[in-house]
Amino acid sequence: MTQDVIIIGGGLHGSSTAYQLAARGRRPLVIERNHVARHASGASAGGVRRLRRHRAELPLAMESLALWRRLPELLGDDCGFSPCGHLLLAETEADLAWTVERAATTRSLGYDFEEPIDRAEVKRLVPAVSDAVIGGIIARDDGFGNPLLTTAAFRRRAESLGARYLERTEVLGIERDAAGWTVATTAGRFAAPSLVNCAGGWGERIAAMLGETMPVRMKAATMTVTARVPRFLGPVIGHVRKKLSLKQMQNGTVVIGGGYEGRADMEAGESDVLYAGLPGNMKPVVDAFPHLARVPIVRNWTGLEGNTPDAIPYIGPSPNDPTLVHSFGYSGHGFQLGPICGVIVADLVMHGATPLPIGAFQPDRFATAGTLQWGAKEGTAVEEQKAV
Amino acid sequence: MTDRPDLAIVGAGPAGLAAATEAATRGLSVTLLDERAAPGGIVYHAVTRSPLGGSAVLDADYCRGAGLVEAFRSSGATYCPGASVWAVDRDGSIGVTVDGQARWLRPRRVLLATGCMERSLPFPGWTLPGVMTAGAGQILLKDSGAIPDGPVVLAGTGPLLLLVAVQYLRAGARIAAVADLTPPGAWQRGLPQLAGALGCLPLLRKGLSMMAELRRSDVRRIPGVTGLRAIGTDRLEAVEVRQGARAERIPAGVLLVHAGVVPNIVLTRMLRLPHRWDPRQRCWRPDADAFGATALDAVAVAGDGARILGAEAAIHAGRLAALDAAHRLGVLDRAERDRHAAPEQAAIERHAGLRSLLDAMYPPPDALTFLDADTTICRCEDITAADIRAAIADGCRDPNQVKAVTRCAMGPCQGRQCGQTLARIVADATGQTEEDVMPPRARPPLRRLTIGDLAALETE
Ligand SMILES: Cc1cc2nc3c(=O)[nH]c(=O)nc-3n(C[C@H](O)[C@H](O)[C@H](O)COP(=O)(O)OP(=O)(O)OC[C@H]3O[C@@H](n4cnc5c(N)ncnc54)[C@H](O)[C@@H]3O)c2cc1C
Ligand SMILES: Cc1cc2nc3c(=O)[nH]c(=O)nc-3n(C[C@H](O)[C@H](O)[C@H](O)COP(=O)(O)OP(=O)(O)OC[C@H]3O[C@@H](n4cnc5c(N)ncnc54)[C@H](O)[C@@H]3O)c2cc1C
Repeated sequence: MTQDVIIIGGGLHGSSTAYQLAARGRRPLVIERNHVARHASGASAGGVRRLRRHRAELPLAMESLALWRRLPELLGDDCGFSPCGHLLLAETEADLAWTVERAATTRSLGYDFEEPIDRAEVKRLVPAVSDAVIGGIIARDDGFGNPLLTTAAFRRRAESLGARYLERTEVLGIERDAAGWTVATTAGRFAAPSLVNCAGGWGERIAAMLGETMPVRMKAATMTVTARVPRFLGPVIGHVRKKLSLKQMQNGTVVIGGGYEGRADMEAGESDVLYAGLPGNMKPVVDAFPHLARVPIVRNWTGLEGNTPDAIPYIGPSPNDPTLVHSFGYSGHGFQLGPICGVIVADLVMHGATPLPIGAFQPDRFATAGTLQWGAKEGTAVEEQKAV
Repeated sequence: MTDRPDLAIVGAGPAGLAAATEAATRGLSVTLLDERAAPGGIVYHAVTRSPLGGSAVLDADYCRGAGLVEAFRSSGATYCPGASVWAVDRDGSIGVTVDGQARWLRPRRVLLATGCMERSLPFPGWTLPGVMTAGAGQILLKDSGAIPDGPVVLAGTGPLLLLVAVQYLRAGARIAAVADLTPPGAWQRGLPQLAGALGCLPLLRKGLSMMAELRRSDVRRIPGVTGLRAIGTDRLEAVEVRQGARAERIPAGVLLVHAGVVPNIVLTRMLRLPHRWDPRQRCWRPDADAFGATALDAVAVAGDGARILGAEAAIHAGRLAALDAAHRLGVLDRAERDRHAAPEQAAIERHAGLRSLLDAMYPPPDALTFLDADTTICRCEDITAADIRAAIADGCRDPNQVKAVTRCAMGPCQGRQCGQTLARIVADATGQTEEDVMPPRARPPLRRLTIGDLAALETE
C-alpha cells in the first residue's frame, strides 16, 4: 500500500489530521522522529479552553469544542474530556473591569460563553478560594482532556481507518518533482502527491527545507503535579492578571501550569526544569489556595513547544504550492484546537479550501523582509490573549 | 553555609568525604551535603555511633571509616547533614532542603558522589513483608544491632551477600540457608583475572577468610540456584528455591536478597549526561574521564556513582575529583594536579583489577531469569511484567512510552527501583539488546518539596 499524503510529525495535530484524512478515504503516512506524542502533545496540560482565547482562534475553538464533545462517538474514546469549566480569578477592581470588558468584546464577536461572575458565585463554585478573590470570569463549558489518551485515540482510529505511522523515523530532506513530494528519512524515501507539516516546534526547519520562512521560537513550558489531596476544585483555575493555571484531576492530584519557562534544548529534543523561575509560579497558587502550601510536589516536567512571533499558529497551504499544507506553531494553546485543525487541514489537502476563517494564520505572514517582529507579547499566552 | 561555595559535594560517603577533605585542604570553600544524619555514606553507615562499632561483628574496614571522618572534620569544609538534594541543574546549581527549608545553592562547581544502590531483582513474592535487600538487612544490623528471631534465608550473588551472611552469623542470627544464584564455575571464571587482583591482597584475603568462615559454620549453602519464590499470605513464611528442575521449600521469617550493586544514576540522568552500558557489570554509568569530569563543565562525578569499584577506590576517586576542581578553579596548576593524581590513579587501577575478578566470578543475573508474568515490577504503581508486555504488544517501543501508558516508574520512587527491569523487559520484547534501551529518566524533585517550599525558595 502506498500513501497519498505524508504528514510530518506524530503529535496531536499530525494525528488529528491523519484521522480526518483516513476517515475520508485517504491513505496518510505519518512520519514521527520519536514516538507519538513525545513532545508538546504528551507534555501538555490538556486544557480545553476557549476563555480568553485570541479572537482569530475563537471560531476554530468553538467548532473544536463541539468535536471534543463528540469524541466518544468519533474515536470510541472520551479522551478524558471533562467539561468542568474554566474560571479566571479577579482580585482588584481593575481585574473586574477587565472581565466585563472582555465579555463584552467576545459578545460583540457573536459569542456568549464568557460570563463575568461575582464573589459569591466564585465562592459557591470554589469554596476553598482565598478571600482576596472578588470575582472572576467563567466559561462553564470549557474543561480539560488527557493529552496522552487524546493523541493515542486519534492515532488508533486513524490506523484502523488505514493510516500508517512510522515512528523513530526522522525527516531529513524533501524534494518536489512533477509527481509530487519525496521525503528522505532515516528509514528511506517516501513519496506522495501531498505533504503536511505538523512538526510542532521543528516546523520552521521543515519549512526551511522547502525554502519557506516561518519563524518559531522553541520554548519549554513547566508543569507541576502534586500528591493527591481531597477534592477542593471543580473548574480549571486561571487568573485575570497573574500567570496561573491549576486543575484537580479525578485522582486528586493537582496539576499546575502557567507557562513558566524551562530550558529548551532543541538540538537534543529535550528540556529541563529551571527551578530558579518557579517560586513565581507557586506564589499565585498559594495566594489563591493557601491550603496547598503544605502539599508535596510529586513531579515537575517541561515540554517543548514552538511559539510564533504573534503567538497564533501557522495554518494554511503554502503560497507556493497548494499540495503543501502547514499546521504548527500552536504557541502553548494548541491542545484545544487539535480536533478541529485536523478537519481544516484535511479540507485543505483534499479541496484546497476550508469554510473556517484561517486568514490570520497565513503561513507566509512573516516571510517578507521587514514583517518579522517578535511581539513583546510573543509566547506569553496570557498577555497576548488578554489584549484581544 | 554559604550559598556560593567553590565546590559543593553531594554525598558524604567515602568519595565525598575524601573529596571535601582534599579540596578544603587545597584552599577551596567546600560544602558537603548529605541527607543522612551522620557522615560515612553507605559503607561507613553510622560509623561514629553504631552500637556495634569496634566489635567483631563489623570489621576493621568499617571502623577505618572513622579515620576518614576525622580528617574531614578538621579540614575546614562545611558539613550539612540532613540535606536532601532534590534537583541539580546543568549549570551546577543545587536545590536542597535543610532543616525543612528549601534553598538554591549556586556553587562554582558540583561533585556528585551519590554512591551505588542494590540492583533490583524482582521475583515472585518479592514484595511480601519479610523480604528485603541484604543491604537493608545490613543497615538494620548496623543501626540497632537488631537480628531477626525467625530463620533467615539469604539469596543472591556477589561479595556483599557473603559479607552480610558473615555479619549475620557473627551477630548470632539463625541462618537457614544461603541460596547462591552465582552460576557454577566462579573460580574457573575468575582464574584469568586473579593476577590482576593481587594488588588488592588485603581485600582478597578478607574475602577468602569470610568464605572460610562461612564454610566452617554449619550454614547450609545451596549452589546453582536458578529460581526463587517468596511464599506467604500476609508476610513471608517460606522461600522456594529451585535448582534446575528441583524445588525445595525452606521455612523463613526473613529473606535477604542481593544481586550486586549498580551506580545511582538518578542525578546524572536528570542532568542528561551521556551514559554508557557496562556489559560486565550489567548497568549504566555516566561517561566521565579519569578525574570524574563529565560533558558538563560544572559537574563531576566520583565514587560508586561513577563506576562500581568499591569503597576504597571511592576515596581515591574523590581525591582525584577534588584535585581537578582545584585545578579548574585556578588554585592548582596542571602539572601539580597530575603529580598528586598519579598515586591515586594507580590505586584505582589496583581496585579495577580486583573488580575484574569479582565481575568474572559473580556475573550479575539477568533480571528476566527470575520473574514470571505476574511478578510486580513497579511497586509504587503496582505494575506487573505482564502489564508491561501488554503495553509493548499495543505498540510501545521504549520505556518512556511504557511509562506514559502504564504509569510504571511514575510513582514516588520515580523508577529508581524498577527502571532497569522495565528497560530489560522492553529490550526483550522488542528484540533489542540491553545496551539499546535506557531506563526512563526520573523527574525532579527527587526528594520531598512542597508547593509552599518552592513558593518561598530564594533563588538569588
Ligand atoms: C507544558 C505544556 C502545556 C500545555 N498546555 C496546554 C493547554 O492547557 N491547553 C492547550 O490548548 N494547549 C496546551 N499546550 C499546547 C499544546 O499541547 C500544543 O500546542 C499541541 O500539543 C501541539 O501539537 P503538535 O502536534 O503541533 O506538536 P507536537 O506534539 O510537538 O508534535 C510535533 C511532532 O513533530 C515531530 N517532528 C519534528 N521534526 C520532525 C522531523 N524532522 N521528522 C519527523 N518528525 C518530526 C516531533 O518529534 C513531534 O513529535 C501545552 C503545551 C505544553 C508544552
Ligand atoms: C546497601 C549497601 C550496602 C553496602 N555494604 C557494604 C559493605 O558492608 N562493605 C563494603 O565494602 N561495601 C559495601 N557497599 C558498597 C559501598 O557502599 C560502596 O562501595 C561505597 O559506599 C561507595 O562510596 P561512595 O562514596 O561512592 O558512595 P556512598 O557511600 O554510597 O555515599 C553516597 C552518599 O550520597 C548520599 N546521597 C545520595 N543521594 C542524595 C541526595 N539526593 N541528597 C542528599 N544525599 C544524597 C547518600 O545519603 C550517601 O550517604 C554497600 C553498598 C550498598 C548499596
